[in-house]
Amino acid sequence: MLKQTPSQTVGPYFAYALTPQPYGRVGLGSGTMVDPDTRGERIRIEGRVFDGTGAPVVDAVIELWQANAAGRYRHPADTRDQLELDPHFTGFGRTGTDGQGLYWFDTVKPGALGDGQAPHVNVTVLARGMLSHAFTRLYFHDEAGANAEDALLQSVPADRRATLVARRAETAGGVAYRFDIHLQGDDETVFFDA
Amino acid sequence: MTDVETTDAKSPGYRPRDWSQHPPYLSPEYKSTVLRSPRKALIPMKGSLSELTGPVFGHESLDALDADLTRNGRVNGEPLGERIIVTGRVLDEDGRPVPNTLLEVWQANSVGRYVHKWDQHDAPLDPNFFGAGRCATDENGRYRFLSVKPGAYPWRNHHNAWRPAHIHFSLFGPSFVTRLVTQMYFPGDPLLPLDPIYNGVPEGARERLVSRFSIDVTEPEWALGYEFDIVLRGRLETPMEG
Repeated sequence: MLKQTPSQTVGPYFAYALTPQPYGRVGLGSGTMVDPDTRGERIRIEGRVFDGTGAPVVDAVIELWQANAAGRYRHPADTRDQLELDPHFTGFGRTGTDGQGLYWFDTVKPGALGDGQAPHVNVTVLARGMLSHAFTRLYFHDEAGANAEDALLQSVPADRRATLVARRAETAGGVAYRFDIHLQGDDETVFFDA
Repeated sequence: MTDVETTDAKSPGYRPRDWSQHPPYLSPEYKSTVLRSPRKALIPMKGSLSELTGPVFGHESLDALDADLTRNGRVNGEPLGERIIVTGRVLDEDGRPVPNTLLEVWQANSVGRYVHKWDQHDAPLDPNFFGAGRCATDENGRYRFLSVKPGAYPWRNHHNAWRPAHIHFSLFGPSFVTRLVTQMYFPGDPLLPLDPIYNGVPEGARERLVSRFSIDVTEPEWALGYEFDIVLRGRLETPMEG
């Protein structure tokens, strides 16, 4: 068997390649995951990324991967053809944190997959100082019933579960879910060995 | 909640990340890891449709000059530096090619300066070199791009710290969990044994981040050739439990 190629940090100087919009180039993804015709409830996902001292991480890359509003992934392994794909939604977003460590995505709330898991968004965190990337998940605070039935979420020690649950807020711009990511410290976000 | 049967229970998932090959989060010689490394144990995950799927990018995501970094940043001439051809195969742990998968690459210019707005290294920008590109694998998992050899640059991690010449690679592979971001190095670089980022990878694994010079890939009167194969996580042999 071949051995996996080792991971290395994304470093500090990735923006012109991975989030190149400020450099006048088109990236694979951005913080805007929807267009006017995307189906589903519009939400903003936003938060800040912090290091072990609580200082903002201003050079992280956050990537999201999620199902559409009907609970369908745009991927060949999701063969549930009875659930519609949305031509206006890929499910992928990528953005960098700003000078305050803040990131945001405009997206739709994902539907449940129908396999017992609560609605969730898959999250990858990359940064200078992270030799391997980290996987986490965002769950929704207003899905308490589904969250209580989610086997993965319930497998997380109870005192750490809240780090995975984004709180809903009604803002002037619409519905926002707040999801801060703590790389380290008392409030360290739960990361998965995915 | 829709009541539909998911197919994930019938599809084999992906082998776990092999932590004997990947660097640990905390690697104190690389100082930025000290406050940015998760310290609590990772929570195990069985895997579900969320981990079997992922963003799909391939040839359809490419523009004509994406795989030619010697041309995709030109303003009024050719970039300076030693032209290189970088090629290799993207395989899974079972040696199966990963076809039509996208690679994003980025690097410093030939004198070790990045286009990135934060890079203040006192070395000149090259007006004809941007330093970022993309390519995709063919049906045999092979990729190829053109560039110029990046220079070493200082990075203040410790006294007289210099990064060995490297090219950054980012791949998604077939699923969200096959994601890989890594760096390719050049053979014989005297800075490698001194580099905490390279040395963060376990001994015996880090050597696979060093490309091979190839006279067969080298093209006469044009460019030097380097080969760099990439291995992503393979499939489990048996289907996941529900």
